[in-house]
Amino acid sequence: MPVPARRPLAAVAAAGLLSFGLVACGSGGDAGDPGKPGDKTITVYSGRNETLVKPLLDRFSEQTGITVKTRYATTAQLAAQLLEEGDKSPADAFFAQDAGALGAVAKRDMFAPLPAADLEKVPQNFRARTGTWVGVSARSRVLAYNADTVPAAELPRSVFELTDPKWKGKIGLAPTNASFQAFVTAIRVQHGDQKAKDFLAGLKANEPQIRDNNVKIVEDVDNGTIPVGLVNHYYLGEVAKERGTTPDGLKVRLHFFPGGDTGALVNVAGVGVLKRSAEDPDTKAFVDFLLNPESQRYFAEQTFEYPVVTGVAAPAGVPPLADLDTPDIDLNDLDTLDATIKMITESGLVP
Amino acid sequence: MTTTTPEAGPARIGPARFGVRGSARRLAPRPALLAASTVAVAVALIPLVYLAVRTADAGAGRLGAQLWTGRVGLLAARSLGLAAVVTTACVVLGVAAAWLVTRTDLPGRRFFAVLAALPLAVPTYIAAFAWVSTVDHLEGFWPAALVLTLCSYPYVFLPVAATLKGADPAQEEVSRSLGRGGWRTFTDVTLRQIRPATAAGALLVALYVLADFGAVSILRTDTFTRAIFVAFDLGFDRTGALVLSSVLVVLTVLLLAGETATRRRGARYARLGGARRPAPRLRLGPARWPALAALLGVAALALGVPAVSLARRLASGVSRPGALAEVAAAAGNSLWLSLAGAALTMLLALPLGLLTARAPGPLATVLDRLAYLAHALPGVVVGLSLIFFGITVARPLYQTSWLLALAYATLFLPLAVGAVAGAAGQAPPGLEEVARSLGRGPLAVLRTVTLPLTLPGIGAGAALVFLTGMKELPATLLLRPTGTDTLATELWTATSVGAYAAAAPYAALLVAISALPTWWLAARGGLLDKEDR
Repeated sequence: MPVPARRPLAAVAAAGLLSFGLVACGSGGDAGDPGKPGDKTITVYSGRNETLVKPLLDRFSEQTGITVKTRYATTAQLAAQLLEEGDKSPADAFFAQDAGALGAVAKRDMFAPLPAADLEKVPQNFRARTGTWVGVSARSRVLAYNADTVPAAELPRSVFELTDPKWKGKIGLAPTNASFQAFVTAIRVQHGDQKAKDFLAGLKANEPQIRDNNVKIVEDVDNGTIPVGLVNHYYLGEVAKERGTTPDGLKVRLHFFPGGDTGALVNVAGVGVLKRSAEDPDTKAFVDFLLNPESQRYFAEQTFEYPVVTGVAAPAGVPPLADLDTPDIDLNDLDTLDATIKMITESGLVP
Repeated sequence: MTTTTPEAGPARIGPARFGVRGSARRLAPRPALLAASTVAVAVALIPLVYLAVRTADAGAGRLGAQLWTGRVGLLAARSLGLAAVVTTACVVLGVAAAWLVTRTDLPGRRFFAVLAALPLAVPTYIAAFAWVSTVDHLEGFWPAALVLTLCSYPYVFLPVAATLKGADPAQEEVSRSLGRGGWRTFTDVTLRQIRPATAAGALLVALYVLADFGAVSILRTDTFTRAIFVAFDLGFDRTGALVLSSVLVVLTVLLLAGETATRRRGARYARLGGARRPAPRLRLGPARWPALAALLGVAALALGVPAVSLARRLASGVSRPGALAEVAAAAGNSLWLSLAGAALTMLLALPLGLLTARAPGPLATVLDRLAYLAHALPGVVVGLSLIFFGITVARPLYQTSWLLALAYATLFLPLAVGAVAGAAGQAPPGLEEVARSLGRGPLAVLRTVTLPLTLPGIGAGAALVFLTGMKELPATLLLRPTGTDTLATELWTATSVGAYAAAAPYAALLVAISALPTWWLAARGGLLDKEDR
């Protein structure tokens, strides 16, 4: 009798040991260790998707012998995580999908200024005035449209025409997306708060098709569920890749608003270096690497984005950045996000 | 196990009610149990401490300005409405399915017992995604309610089916012999027997709905949790999101108060000794065909739609998952992290479950309810709170599997406590008293009587925590060791760039692995036993 009687207690003890053992073998010991400058290891928080940037990071490790420990999550979550971690963050660099997130972290004074040599490679309007972050790839806001249902002649000249009743129920939007927010901020900067408010109210009145993200909008425009959608240009490349074709093989086409319209705002994905790694040669090598011509070409060819360093060709199938009639907006002036958020929330486009 | 269980003599007719009385029912030194329970509750309360700290940062002015708005009222109403609709639907569906597979002569009932439990293995974000890919323009409150019901009714089905299977038919027989008809016996006796199981399952469903992000975001229903996630995205505004979260805690308190009010204090429905005897099965006659069709229909919606949709996505896309080694590594990580989370959760839950079952009273009730408080908070908030805890208190654990396992314990403690308390509560305390009166010490009683009786509950709780951990995404993204991928994170990575074909195998593997503990949960409830008549 005593033998079976011990079993349950043994089972509980085993559970305890098991959890200890499992965790011990899973943790690998130094997972949260920030490491030291020059130890040939860096920790990168990447708000950019693993599928898109991992090949690039692997190439960096191959070329430099520096191990990259990458933490992937959404840009917004990583920004929240960095703010929560403060100066105890194990991160060396933050590779963000959006300039707004970099601005939010920079505002808390968590980034170190980048070397002038890196900053100067990139046009002034694609980097922080304070030198705390730098853009590494650019994307244009566009109107994606279905070529079968929307004749090119009927496309709006300006994004503001989308509040016309003839677009009722026909516009796809992802108002929670950071690029959309940057775009609304740009309207406020270029045309004032009232115009932005009226535009959002007009969009809302036009009963837009709200989607969670840009990929879903491009898919739905391609299959004809939505006639047009406000997105970033490079999502077309992602959808084409999944269908095993090129952007030309899709029904969805891109319309770049002409004449310096706010609807053609160009935003960047970029990188900032955490203060504790200001002097870390490995982290510096990483930023250098992202801005070298080879990496810039990677963005154009693999992620369908615009390179930000001059002399590297634009992705196939879209007009080069220099030919785009982009609005005259400095990304540094888009730092009044709070007012934009309030406006978007009040418009009823988001919960 | 049964060899060590003292038999309580000839069968008495149960269920019997026991009052809340006296120290004789203590099973172990109470201070130790109490201390261990307090530790468990402290772990569950980490997010609340964090919320208090951060909302205090926000200041009363901002708190008032952000919370006293029509929008918050609307969100609260919609969240509670969704919880009410889904919970009601789950109770109806769960109880009906449980009754059909345990108490009728439905053909293939053992097969259906597993089939009805399996949707628990499907994460809401997979189910919702499958539905929007299948039906155009699907969005809003009712589609979200449908998907949430299909994914979460097993929370009611499993405990109710186990109770129906295990309940002593004697009471129903007495009821009928005293002249009550079949229907009145069902409503007056059977439904009462399953009331604690139904209420506990319903509470889990309601809290699950409040915390769910996957279904409501994909189907675009504006609930609190969606608003919280959106607030994080909008302007990277952490404080605003956390202020909103505090409302969810208030909603949880309301739900808990409601559930507590439906409990009858001290009521136990234990079988007291005697051989286990199955209840007679109702002959459905021709009614079995519609019943069969209904169960098949539910399974088709809950399992068939996701399966077909995944297969179509796999066929229509050209992206493929990484090398087999990558998929295997992700599966391995999911497995180990969920197992570690389940083991840690059970260690914490065991004392609390025993305390509520064996030393009921105001204190135990308060501790038990406190463990539920953070259960309706979205994973992203719990994740941030553990980051806060890791950075300020437990720096060496930060970004290790330990902290993630602790997060799973924080998130899923109520699932485990409920299972342990349920099992311990079904065992008559008389057995422990007999053991004590025969001269065994409290620890020996714990080891030789209480734990063997509670072991099924421990197993059930562990299985539930394991499979919920497998599906968890937001907290896993925030807390996983840097560079560790799980099935859920790989799925997220692939779907965020529209590589649905690459995502499909991860989704299928996730559901397949989660199906194993689900199947085991159904088996444990005696639902798969060979017919004994």
